Amino acid sequence: MKTLFDKIWDAHVVQNVKDGPTQLYIDRLFLHEVTSPQAFDTLRDKGIGVFRSDRLVAMPDHNTPSDQQDHIDDPVGRNQVETLKRNCCQFGIKHFDMGTKDNGIIHVVGPEKALSLPGMTIVCGDSHTSTHGAVGALAMGIGTSEVAQVLASQCILQQKPKSMRISIEGELEKGVTAKDVALYIMSKLTTSGATGYVVEYAGSAIRSMSMEGRLTLSNLSIEMGSRAGIIAPDEITFEYLKGREYAPKGEAWDKSVEQWKTLRSDEDAVFDKEVTFKAEDIKPRITYGTNPGAGVAIDEAIPTLDEIKETDKAGFLSQLSYMQFEPGEKLEGKAVDYCFLGACTNGRIEDFRAFASIVKGRKKADNVVAWLVPGSWSVRRQIEEEGIDKILKEAGFELRLPSCSACLAMNPDKVPAGKLCVSTSNRNFVGRQGPGARTILASPLVVAAAAVTGKITDPRKML
Amino acid sequence: MAKQKFNIIQSTCIPIEITNCNTDLIIPARYLSSTTRDPDFFGDAFMHDLRFDIDGKPKEDFVMNRPEYSEKPHEGIHEIIVAGDNWGSGSSREHAAWAIAGYGVRAVVSCSFADIHRNNLLNCFVLPVVVSREFRTELFETIARNPQAEVKIDLPAQTITNISSGRSEKFEINGYKKYCLTNALDDIDFLLENKDKIKDFEAARQ
Repeated sequence: MKTLFDKIWDAHVVQNVKDGPTQLYIDRLFLHEVTSPQAFDTLRDKGIGVFRSDRLVAMPDHNTPSDQQDHIDDPVGRNQVETLKRNCCQFGIKHFDMGTKDNGIIHVVGPEKALSLPGMTIVCGDSHTSTHGAVGALAMGIGTSEVAQVLASQCILQQKPKSMRISIEGELEKGVTAKDVALYIMSKLTTSGATGYVVEYAGSAIRSMSMEGRLTLSNLSIEMGSRAGIIAPDEITFEYLKGREYAPKGEAWDKSVEQWKTLRSDEDAVFDKEVTFKAEDIKPRITYGTNPGAGVAIDEAIPTLDEIKETDKAGFLSQLSYMQFEPGEKLEGKAVDYCFLGACTNGRIEDFRAFASIVKGRKKADNVVAWLVPGSWSVRRQIEEEGIDKILKEAGFELRLPSCSACLAMNPDKVPAGKLCVSTSNRNFVGRQGPGARTILASPLVVAAAAVTGKITDPRKML
Repeated sequence: MAKQKFNIIQSTCIPIEITNCNTDLIIPARYLSSTTRDPDFFGDAFMHDLRFDIDGKPKEDFVMNRPEYSEKPHEGIHEIIVAGDNWGSGSSREHAAWAIAGYGVRAVVSCSFADIHRNNLLNCFVLPVVVSREFRTELFETIARNPQAEVKIDLPAQTITNISSGRSEKFEINGYKKYCLTNALDDIDFLLENKDKIKDFEAARQ
């Protein structure tokens, strides 16, 4: 009677430290330029090498510009990207350099190359490592000290989290995406509702969800505080992974699939917490505040002050003050300045197909600056193969180069102070997209609808 | 970051009553491009955009800029932050813990912490202390009345005391991590000492 999480955890326990955490073996460490340099310095301080370099994969993504990739203007950012390359060279680590065919956002590249596989333990110095849980892996974000630990020993020390199952039952309405599901769950559970838990997503709406959708959902697990999000691998997972670059091949593939089929929570497994939602209750969503849980259905108004708990009123008003919104205000029809499609949340091929389905035959609104940023070079190539780039071009959009881009203001794509951006990224925090920038989180469909109408628009009216 | 033994501290506090204070607020992303380990670099960036406006001028109404809380932490002064719920949510950036440590803070007291940030604090020898809502409410009130009020944190005894009121509470920490903090030992040394167990594990999996 084990949960899926228990099964993966138990298979990786090196030892349970007396009166302490578990020493957990890590199958895959992903490294990017931002959270790794000081970890490599730790190795140099101690005069030690990397313990298992074949389990490591690195690529720069945060500082990467999306308009050109010949150079990085900012000397500090450039140095960080060059430092990653130097460290990988010194320690013999596989490295997908900026501007080369294998590069992209780690959380897009990992699954699409099948570097992330069912049953693995996966870590990266990045909270959105939760993404990789969609393939049925236990994937956790860690800090730089822990990155150093994995470099040195292929292990981390972790207290075992509790388990939660979130089930979404029923069928999602047309125009409702995995992003909306995640934003809906967060609005119900709050941004700390799953702190201390590993969440398994289950239910019929998850079983019928595409791999891209599952990756979006798992990606956002961290936004409700959870240690990881995980989805039991099934035929959709196997179909997605089969034939990909680093997937097992031939007999090894068949053997792996047989083993992966056992990766599911037992019928009688007991979770520390269970939550169930109805798919039919979920509409296209937007956020109005400065945390991802502060959201409503697109046709709903921001709550009035009466609807907010007494203890939360000051925080609610301060969020609205930053966003320049009023309690009770309806956001549908509100003019926007920027539209961002991309990030590890929604930078995959399905997201570009969804965006194109709305803008096809329409024109970009004149008042909108739109950044369309594929999550990887592979996604960009597929966009071109499918002719999506032509649809975008005809509608007046330009396709940019793979990067974390406007998700977090660490590269030239920053939203100017005071400007309102409808974004497929993962965080609407104060200053996240640039000092003073105002962010509304939404699905690729909502962003597309805003990009052609110039205002917040219900995409269901445009499908 | 510098290893520092943590046993007993007694200090005045900085009250930061922000719920869901995320690591983007604790240190904005533009400070993350640096490859330095200089504690002062990160300490200066601590809560930067709440402390300073876009032109770099201090925001006078922010708590850390008020005269009673603006003194930089040193022994007995402002070494403890009392924080709102869900402190350190969002990004896994350890830079947030470096900023807190670099500023000179030794402990953060709240009713709840985000998981990754809590681990990062511990790995930077900053103690996250989870207290009851009643304890924190009283503590905020105590500090508001008297910014000189002190709090004592005794890690070996696992107690936190509001000196003014005398109210004391036990807090949780696992024995292993407590040993690490009180002796300034970090996880990487523990793991390196256990290499044989790791190799045995790998061999058994083959």
